[in-house]
Amino acid sequence: MTVRRTVYITGIVVLCAWTLVPIYLIALAAVGGRTVVNNWPKPFLPPTDISLETMREFLDIAGVWTSALYSVEAAVLCMAFSILLGVPAGYALARFAFPGATTYRLLILLTRAFPVAILALPLTVGFIRLGLYDTPFGVSLMHTTLALPFAVLVSASLFQAIPRELEEAAWVFGCSPVRAFLRVVLPLALPGIAAVAIFAFVISWNEVFAASVLTVRHKTLTAYLLSVLSESPLHVQFAGGFLLIVPSVLFIFLVRKRLFSMWGIATR
Amino acid sequence: MPARYIPYLLIAPSLAFLAVLFFVPLVQTIALAFQAGGIWSTANFARMAADLNFTDAIVNTFGIVLVVVPLQLVLALAMAMMLQHLRGGRDIVLWVWSIPLGISDLAAGLVWLAILTDKGYLNTILVKLGVLSGPQSWLSYETPVTLFAAIVVAELWRATAIVLVILVAGVQLIPKEYGEAADVFGATPWQRFTRVTLPLLRPSIQTALILRTVLAFEMFAIVLSIGGRNFPVLVSEAFNWQYNQQDYGVAAAYAVIVMGVSLAATLVYLRVLRTPAAQQ
Repeated sequence: MTVRRTVYITGIVVLCAWTLVPIYLIALAAVGGRTVVNNWPKPFLPPTDISLETMREFLDIAGVWTSALYSVEAAVLCMAFSILLGVPAGYALARFAFPGATTYRLLILLTRAFPVAILALPLTVGFIRLGLYDTPFGVSLMHTTLALPFAVLVSASLFQAIPRELEEAAWVFGCSPVRAFLRVVLPLALPGIAAVAIFAFVISWNEVFAASVLTVRHKTLTAYLLSVLSESPLHVQFAGGFLLIVPSVLFIFLVRKRLFSMWGIATR
Repeated sequence: MPARYIPYLLIAPSLAFLAVLFFVPLVQTIALAFQAGGIWSTANFARMAADLNFTDAIVNTFGIVLVVVPLQLVLALAMAMMLQHLRGGRDIVLWVWSIPLGISDLAAGLVWLAILTDKGYLNTILVKLGVLSGPQSWLSYETPVTLFAAIVVAELWRATAIVLVILVAGVQLIPKEYGEAADVFGATPWQRFTRVTLPLLRPSIQTALILRTVLAFEMFAIVLSIGGRNFPVLVSEAFNWQYNQQDYGVAAAYAVIVMGVSLAATLVYLRVLRTPAAQQ
């Protein structure tokens, strides 16, 4: 039994290292700047002299930072749209039995079987006509179609988990349905909705294809990095790659408690 | 307002949004793919098939999907089972293992580029160990095998987490009593895994495979960041025709192909892995 256990523990440690070491290495490559990228052989320890100079070099990569701001803008908008459109629909699915509910649920699920490429291509033309082309706003609309199904299904399961009786009690005590929702149901659902919002943010922050097709000058971070792949120096690419990873890791940490229940429900 | 309209009012905004930004573009892409010069034709598909990169793109895409998806399923199953033997620290291990879930394919590509470039970390290790005498390039046009392997490794690193999360969510739903009953009747751990856990996990495995396969057919940025233009896949070709060649018709034809294989794969999984009626 103990031998078996040792094998398991070793496996777990190895797999943790397999996940973490590559992240550590790109962090090294990112903060080291131009000098480390050209170093050979590569050092495996962080530079002892993380001077202001190397950090400044990292912060100075202008394109990376402006595009990161566009990314944040698109991701925040995507988050807002997904919540505004998805939470009411989720509430409807959880609380009302209405003709068409099953069809609606199926329709929402179906959207996930289609690749982004097929949606993003014609939107280029449509967005140019509407003046949405090359704006973070336009990108966020496209990203919302990716995040919305998730927002609807997860918020439906959130509301299902909140006893209907609580709401009815509020009605008995004279709350209007809207007030009962705002004062009783919403506070209970808020942590879950926050997790949905974070996921919408990450989906938008990470998306490459649509963002690249729909922007030219106001590129989001992923679109910018993709467009400079073949021409920019490696240290810029590594710095950008590291910058892409940092918020994702933090966000996964924030939602780690809900990750599994969310996927368990959202995929059934 | 009658109460029966309320649910429709609540879903209306999301439906309107999806109609404009999902169904319209979907139909437009299909129309775009099957039209050339204003008339219905398959000319775009003919031009796509005549292109030099087309066969490579098909072979590469299917090659990666067929190698990566089964490996990810096996690895994620192994990880989910290991977690069951962990008493303390389960949460932290799960967090570490699910980190790649939040990492984009572009970032993952750049991570492995940092490791595998000529002056990268892998070469440093190999030289220190005495395996190599000097920097060796892994990702060039002349080394298609290691380039393919690099993309497989990067995909395994990035996208196994999603399979793991779905499987762990599924394992949590299996009542403990089933496994205990198997133990009482003298099942070995392997028998318990293949006869009890795997069959009960079938719906989760189906979901994970569908999601993962659809996303694997969409693979794009990870390939471009590691292999550049040396490793064409379907979506990178769609992107190239759209962005560099400005030929929306052929780009749409590629998108339709990707949609076709994704839907076909979904249908196959739904059929092959359907839950027997007795189990529902």
